Amino acid sequence: MRAEISIKNTKSKFLDKVEELSEQNIYACYQCGKCSAGCPSISEMDISPSEIIRLVQLGGEEEVLNSKTIWVCASCFTCVTRCPKGVDVAKIMEALRQITLRKNVDYVNPLSIPRETLSQVPQIALVSALRKFSG
Amino acid sequence: MNRIGVFVCHCGLNIAQTVDVEKLANIISDYPGVVYATNYIYMCSDPGQDMIKEIVKEKKLNGVVVACCSPTMHETTFRNTVASVGLNPYRCEIANIREQCSWVHKDKKIATEKAVEIVKATIEKLKLDKSLIPLSVPITKRALVIGGGIAGIQASLDIADSGYEVVLVERNQSIGGHMLQLSETFPTLDCPQCIATPKMVQVGQHPKIKLLAYSEVEEVSGYVGNFKVKIRRKASFVDWNKCTGCGLCVEKCPVRVPSEFNELLVKRKAIYTLFPQAVPNKPVIDSNNCLYLTKGKCRACEKNCLAKAIDFNQKDTFVEEDVGAIVVATGYDLMDKAEIGEYGAGKYKDVINGLQMERLLCPSGPTEGIPHRPSDGKIPKEIVFIQCVGSRDPEHYYPYCSKVCCMYVVKQAMLYKNVVPDGQAYVFYMDIRCDGKGYEEFLQKGMEENKILYLRGRVSKLFKDGDKIKVWGADTLTGRKIEISADMVVLAMAVVPSKGVKELARKLRITADDYGFLTEAHPKLRPVESLTAGYFLAGAAQGPKDIPDVVAQASGAASKVDSLFSQDVLYHEPIIASVDEEVCVGCGNCVDVCAYDAIELDLRTKKAKVNSAVCEGCGACCAACPSGAMQHNNFSKRQIFEMVDAFVR
Repeated sequence: MRAEISIKNTKSKFLDKVEELSEQNIYACYQCGKCSAGCPSISEMDISPSEIIRLVQLGGEEEVLNSKTIWVCASCFTCVTRCPKGVDVAKIMEALRQITLRKNVDYVNPLSIPRETLSQVPQIALVSALRKFSG
Repeated sequence: MNRIGVFVCHCGLNIAQTVDVEKLANIISDYPGVVYATNYIYMCSDPGQDMIKEIVKEKKLNGVVVACCSPTMHETTFRNTVASVGLNPYRCEIANIREQCSWVHKDKKIATEKAVEIVKATIEKLKLDKSLIPLSVPITKRALVIGGGIAGIQASLDIADSGYEVVLVERNQSIGGHMLQLSETFPTLDCPQCIATPKMVQVGQHPKIKLLAYSEVEEVSGYVGNFKVKIRRKASFVDWNKCTGCGLCVEKCPVRVPSEFNELLVKRKAIYTLFPQAVPNKPVIDSNNCLYLTKGKCRACEKNCLAKAIDFNQKDTFVEEDVGAIVVATGYDLMDKAEIGEYGAGKYKDVINGLQMERLLCPSGPTEGIPHRPSDGKIPKEIVFIQCVGSRDPEHYYPYCSKVCCMYVVKQAMLYKNVVPDGQAYVFYMDIRCDGKGYEEFLQKGMEENKILYLRGRVSKLFKDGDKIKVWGADTLTGRKIEISADMVVLAMAVVPSKGVKELARKLRITADDYGFLTEAHPKLRPVESLTAGYFLAGAAQGPKDIPDVVAQASGAASKVDSLFSQDVLYHEPIIASVDEEVCVGCGNCVDVCAYDAIELDLRTKKAKVNSAVCEGCGACCAACPSGAMQHNNFSKRQIFEMVDAFVR
């Protein structure tokens, strides 16, 4: 059973935020599915690109931000060049990633890593983990 | 003494590939009565026709058989060919050896044998064919238009502008129809009050148009070119000749009843006009609600009328009009929302239909274009539109698409957003069918600029939740159930034919489909004509359609009327039924089976009589006649027997 959508969410700040960051009109998407049809990374995604946009239209913030899809997107622009309505899907994906990143959540806490593991981790990996996954 | 010529066509390879045309012509040339037989590659071509003409003259033929394609293709061609050299056209027969022989067979030997049989039988028929002369019937060059909506208005103006008189009958007290109720019209958003009223005024002022408002067609008799129409002029209880249209009577009337023009959203008086720009702009008294006419007291209107125009003694009167053609433009209604149980069965005040929303959004409507909801007058912040209510539902209501809803819902949602910018409009749809010029662009504008949220799915049910209407729907694009607490819900109800059209169709002897939409003679090639000669169709009476289509169809119907009227006499095919009065016993079977009402039973002489101008030559009466008195010209029983005989010999 998939989540019920209470339509109150559609008027949320989330949709406005996505539109502001991506500079795209989310309502311009008429759900033809061409982006999903041509996406080279779709096999690795849990939600298809067109459904991500539909969920944004419907205000499904949690589902979208928790999806693997927005991180799997490689910004290859296949969808962007093919979209009949000129919606820049890659920019929308980037906006969604930005919303997550700007929450400044620490995904990596160096103190919680066991000393034993820490001694084996390559230094460069540790540095980039701290740069990318901590606030 | 028969001098028959037989002309066998190859039709390229269509016939010649399967039928040995050479052999066919050779065999037939020896058949009794045949003086000449030949074959040619394309008989319908100019050289082919010239050859027929030459030989008719040279061999002094008195009958021609062309063995070729179906008579529906080239019968007229070859009849004209022989007529041009002085032979009676009805002495030319077609033997169909293409559709009924070469196209359906593979074996050349058998197909050739069959072709020989077909040609022989046709020769036998031809031997008994009479030389016939087309009937000529005079035409009354006046048209009747039934219905004064935009279809009737356009048809009337077009016919009248061509110089023919028009009688326009409208059952309401003003012309204009549903178009005048609309807020604005898609996709250009011009208001009907601006674009339709000039046409209404033109109708009112046109010297060739006789406008009979507040009238209904009572009876129609006659046939194409010569109809007699009896029209009931309903009692308005106001002498329109005296009435100045000042409106004082309306002001003084104490009665308040729901206004039909405003879709029952507000009240009107018992004496009322439809709207300020009405044509004619004269009031009528609603006899069911008038205090004087129901309870015998009041007469406030009469006391206040300075022109002394109120006449409570007025009765329905009848007028008779002679016309040559009838345009039926009776329009549509919306299905009653009370029929849909799951959407509140019409109980909830804030669940309204499309036309009610039009009135709420209309700048000259009861709420001056601001959609205050009916229950408490609040302006809805969340509004839900539901498309296909009753349409595309073959199980419960109507299987057809109502055609206009997709577009008017976009328009209404747009207009709503224009007056309530912080409101949200949702549309539940199954498919969006915006197929006209500029329509798709209009829809995209609604989505992109007005942020109308389209949800693909039907709504399962509506129910009251405090002062809100709960909407249970689904979004099939994500597969999720959707729940919306709406302030108001608009149902795009199915478009149905206007009330009473089935009875009218019976009076007019024209056909309607299962739902009451009038049937056209051919869905593609004769879309504005009825099967019954002399009747033309315009507008939503024939099927749901939007204003551009209605206007185009009305002009089409008008031009058909014009071309009918451009002739001085009507020629009628003489291949029709006739009665042998010596044999007729007056059983009346023929009268019952005639679909065109062309046969009458003379009660005094007990003999059937065919009205030759109305008879379409279908042959049903000849088949039904037990005594053989009813015979079809050039399709007599004897001819049929001779043909069968030729086959079995």
